[in-house]
Amino acid sequence: MSATTTPVDGAQDEPREGYFGPFGGQFVPESLSGALTELADAWRTAAEDAAFLDELDQLRRTYGGRPTPLYRAERLSAEAGLEVWLKREDLAHTGSHKLNNVVGQALLTRRMGKPRVIAETGAGQHGVATATAAALFGLDCTVYMGAEDCRRQRLNVVRMQLLGAEVVPVESGTRTLKDAINEAMRDWVTNVDTTHYLIGSAMGPHPFPTLVRELQKVISVEMRTQFAAQAGGLPDAVVACVGGGSNAIGAFADWIDEPAVRLIGVEAAGEGVGSGRSAATLSEGREAVLHGSRSIVLVDDEGQVRPAHSVSAGLDYPGVGPEHAWLASSGRGEYVGATDDDALHGFRRTCELEGIIPALEPAHAVGWLLRHGRDLLGDGARLILNMSGRGDKDVDEVVRVAGWDVGVERAFRADPSA
Amino acid sequence: MSGADRIAAAFARADGEGRAALVVYLTAGYPDPDTSRACLRAAVDAGADVVEVGLPFSDPIMDGPVIQAANQTVLDAGVGLEEQLAVARDALAGGEVPAVAMTYVTVADTRGYARFAADCRAAGLDGVILPDLPVGESAAWRAAAAAEGLATVFLASSVSADERLDAIATASAGWIYAIGLLGVTGVDAVDATPTRALVERLRARTATPVAVGIGVRDRATAQDVAAYADGVIVGSALLRAVADGDPAGAPDRVAALVADLRAGTVRP
Repeated sequence: MSATTTPVDGAQDEPREGYFGPFGGQFVPESLSGALTELADAWRTAAEDAAFLDELDQLRRTYGGRPTPLYRAERLSAEAGLEVWLKREDLAHTGSHKLNNVVGQALLTRRMGKPRVIAETGAGQHGVATATAAALFGLDCTVYMGAEDCRRQRLNVVRMQLLGAEVVPVESGTRTLKDAINEAMRDWVTNVDTTHYLIGSAMGPHPFPTLVRELQKVISVEMRTQFAAQAGGLPDAVVACVGGGSNAIGAFADWIDEPAVRLIGVEAAGEGVGSGRSAATLSEGREAVLHGSRSIVLVDDEGQVRPAHSVSAGLDYPGVGPEHAWLASSGRGEYVGATDDDALHGFRRTCELEGIIPALEPAHAVGWLLRHGRDLLGDGARLILNMSGRGDKDVDEVVRVAGWDVGVERAFRADPSA
Repeated sequence: MSGADRIAAAFARADGEGRAALVVYLTAGYPDPDTSRACLRAAVDAGADVVEVGLPFSDPIMDGPVIQAANQTVLDAGVGLEEQLAVARDALAGGEVPAVAMTYVTVADTRGYARFAADCRAAGLDGVILPDLPVGESAAWRAAAAAEGLATVFLASSVSADERLDAIATASAGWIYAIGLLGVTGVDAVDATPTRALVERLRARTATPVAVGIGVRDRATAQDVAAYADGVIVGSALLRAVADGDPAGAPDRVAALVADLRAGTVRP
């Protein structure tokens, strides 16, 4: 929990709890104040409780499938001109890194004696993980999901429903992740005495950005051991896609104090940075408050949140977690953009070269790596790319959006012999 | 005279008349600037003691569907902050009642606290409510507000811990906004028992008036609240009246509801 207190720029010299430099804080309606204090206290005591940590570790191993492998991707490496290692979070239970955080927060929910969890979800991966943990722990579960995202991630809607969650399609605003978070916040304000808001990304009011980082840190802790054993030494860089930033902060956390390792976050640039249709918050945004914390946000001059755009529902968000804003502004992290087209290229090449169908979110990182990685990192650089999820949920939408003729119509036409 | 003094005077006047003060919220620019101006005027003429001018935000997490829709209508029509403040300035130019801006911290912060405070003052406003700015995050804003003589009204909740109520009671100027229920605006009615207890906890801490909002929807709920609070805040019900028919008739509908609510504020 050490980085919850970092020095603040400007007049104040004393560190402020819940801040990363000038970013973070707790900008929420007063009715949530008690719940945030309760959560911070619950985590503080749990993090020092050996029984809690043992249970978390057991669940991660025996239920969640950890540790996930570190895999040397030879053919991607050859194409990229780099030495590419994939951290296989796509092989974790539920198909992404999201369960790392969810299991921890579900244990905290039980510890706080709350019978219900709510969650927001974009691509549906966090919603599926939350519904999974709710089933495991016998909690009531409601998941808010933008109506547009329900459409493009239909598979995950059905998964959540099968797991017993109520999925609420959100029709307000842009009908995507931002609006799902608004609705979840409204639910939480209303039901705060019985409900834990199980935030899935490293965003939101303190203590969420720190809590989510600590629960996702297992990714980089495993990476370090595995890389040392399998490759030797330290990687030159760790690369991860960034929406709100939970997989990236998990992949970065254990390396932050290791300056030899470059931390590269890949944001979704949609139709291009500056096109007006992008989710590249750190490239295009400005300092503002969104969803409970001060960070970098896509807002206009009047403080209205601008709609984000990305082919990926999981990255289609106009904000970013406050620690990423701090890593970007301090220069410790480097944040780049991958367009929709880069992501589709990364998606296709990962399928073709490695036999791995990636989620569209990490496909942004792969696409950026293939097209720009060598320029930034140098020939033959050794890096770990966090393969944060698998792409089963995306196959229909990707084929539709990309317009690839992979033979879907031939396979499903009424008379195959015709 | 500071904004806090003008607001205090309005609460004192109502109290002297044996009433809780009636605080009326309307979204600036809704459904269009002209109608909005006329509705604000109508609310004042019909007996509002204090006016809250809502400045729309794209992501209002404390608001239910009615105020969300009003905010979105104004933003979709391209009516920006300057024009919203001009509506308030024109409608309230007579200065009969104090008025405060109600918006979210992102709006004030993006403009820059100092400039936003100056703009509010220039529009004739007396204070500001930012429901997602807790006292602990408010030092910079309060300095900017104080420089313009603006009161900052803070919200208090039945689930606020004692030390938070201490901070709220100390920081809040004009009045303290006691939240009438756990929830967002315009959905459920005031939860009387915890709200009354909250008002009493605040009274034990400060002489600043305590007004109850969120969940006051009609004369009957206003009457219930007036029995134990210094003020009654109504918002979504007014916007429903605005939306419930043609825009030309909106000021009359607002006036009728305000008159009815005001009758409800008279203490038994």
